[in-house]
Amino acid sequence: MGEPIIQLRHLTKRFGSGDGQVRALEDISIDIRAGEIFGVIGLSGAGKSTLVRCINLLERPTSGEVVVDGRDMLRLSSKELREARKSIGMIFQGFNLLMQRTALDNVCFPLELAGTPRREAAGRARELLELVDLAGRADAYPAQLSGGQKQRVAIARTLAASPRVLLCDEATSALDPKTTRDILRLIQDINRRMGITVVVITHEMKVIEEICSRVAILDRGRLAETGAVEEVFASPKSEAGRRLVYPDGVPAEVLSTAADQARVVRVAFNGGTSYQPLIASLAIDCGVKANILGADTRNIDGRAFGTMLLGLPEDGAEKALAYIRSQKDITVEEAADCHG
Amino acid sequence: MAEQLIALLESWGVSKAASQVEYLLDFPELLDQIWQTIYAPAAATLLAYVIGLPLGIVLVIGEKGGVRPMPGPLMRVLNWAVNLLRSVPFLILMALVMPLSTLIIGTSVGTTATIVPLTLAAAPYVSRIVEISLREMDRGVIEAAQAMGCSPWQIVTKVMLPECRPSLINGATNASITILGYGAMSGAIGGGGLGAVALMRGYGRHWLVVMWAAVILLVLLVQIIQSIGTALSVKSDRRINHSESKRRKRK
Repeated sequence: MGEPIIQLRHLTKRFGSGDGQVRALEDISIDIRAGEIFGVIGLSGAGKSTLVRCINLLERPTSGEVVVDGRDMLRLSSKELREARKSIGMIFQGFNLLMQRTALDNVCFPLELAGTPRREAAGRARELLELVDLAGRADAYPAQLSGGQKQRVAIARTLAASPRVLLCDEATSALDPKTTRDILRLIQDINRRMGITVVVITHEMKVIEEICSRVAILDRGRLAETGAVEEVFASPKSEAGRRLVYPDGVPAEVLSTAADQARVVRVAFNGGTSYQPLIASLAIDCGVKANILGADTRNIDGRAFGTMLLGLPEDGAEKALAYIRSQKDITVEEAADCHG
Repeated sequence: MAEQLIALLESWGVSKAASQVEYLLDFPELLDQIWQTIYAPAAATLLAYVIGLPLGIVLVIGEKGGVRPMPGPLMRVLNWAVNLLRSVPFLILMALVMPLSTLIIGTSVGTTATIVPLTLAAAPYVSRIVEISLREMDRGVIEAAQAMGCSPWQIVTKVMLPECRPSLINGATNASITILGYGAMSGAIGGGGLGAVALMRGYGRHWLVVMWAAVILLVLLVQIIQSIGTALSVKSDRRINHSESKRRKRK
């Protein structure tokens, strides 16, 4: 982990022109460090796919700078760009395998492009299929494979070119939860064992929680916030971040029944502590009866993170807040919106 | 046997039965007509693909947003030329290009001479058929290939053509049947084959039995081509799950 391997500077992408112009990306600057798994999350239409496609220039940004592995991508000739793309692997939601080739021949494809002799390519492809746990399906055609298996073939195929970076464009969005977890494990494994930097695009928090170390939140083409996953999850600073971390928010009726609770605060447990003692000790030590309006736990990187929405009575709210703030590993903030 | 057949046909009220039966039982002549029906369209189909396949590829990859965009004016001219040639009815085209046939083949009459107008009519048709097949191609797969650093040429030869093979074979079947139909039509002005037999002898001399026989033979030919084409297309399509079951059996 260290030097940035992907640098996006003031990236802007607009589609069309005139009145119908769509601003897909607005002034995005992100550094992705070598060796990390970086997540980009946002709701549909937030521009995350456009963002990742700007990294290997499947989409040319309208303005800004894209530097990958020290190469200023926008200044490359089309031949140089093709060479640069070979070190940037990409997998897709729709797998995009060659349907008329076997799994083995799909994995051979990038080697074929590089002019590797057929025998050598087949040998390497078999190794890669073994790596993704598909050694027995080398001669199967994609139509005979399940979604998870297809994505494994796609991963093996992209690894065949020995990339430095792996871009995952909603790579698990078409898969069931169990398969999603398996594929994410595989991606994590590849990241750790081969040191390949991974950029994960997703609309699912679970994916980010599962494998990412840092995350950027995109909201309608703008970078809402970026930071370490546990920080962003413990206390999202942006509106878009809150919407993603607390997707269901707190129903309006819950807040209104808590009308006598003058203050609503969100408490985040940053690992280590549990809920009960806090509520109990609030009552015992401060004499404040807190009302639990909602609670949620997340498992980030093996540590438990919890958030809780508390309703506090007007008298004693300040006292309670001061008490909670003095606790270790707990942060608290006023919940100003309905998203918890 | 011939006498019985003639008697039977005459009892049905068929006129000129004797000469018709005599003509139909002349097998070398009939075989020659069948051969002429096949070879001119077959040669024309082949030549049409030599022109139409690259043209169809260009029509797809050269457009705006394609794999290898080409200048707009060039694309407009190509599209316009294809549409123009396709809009001229075949018989008129054939009459129009007679001088060209004379120039290339040395004569404007006979089956071989029809190869020129057949090719000219078929090439734009083939280019559209190829275009339709290639447009079925999943954009995502092309994008994946681009992301892997494929050049436009590699995308065409290693991705688009192999991936569209089943559809291209279906298109070729369709094209050869259409061209076979054109070939039959060419009998009207100097071409040979079953089409000419049906038109000249069947219709012209009012030999109804010969006409029907020629038509039935044409229908059979079309059926055979279609069956072979469909079988090839299905067999080559790896999206269909038959290949594995076969391989399992071998094991």
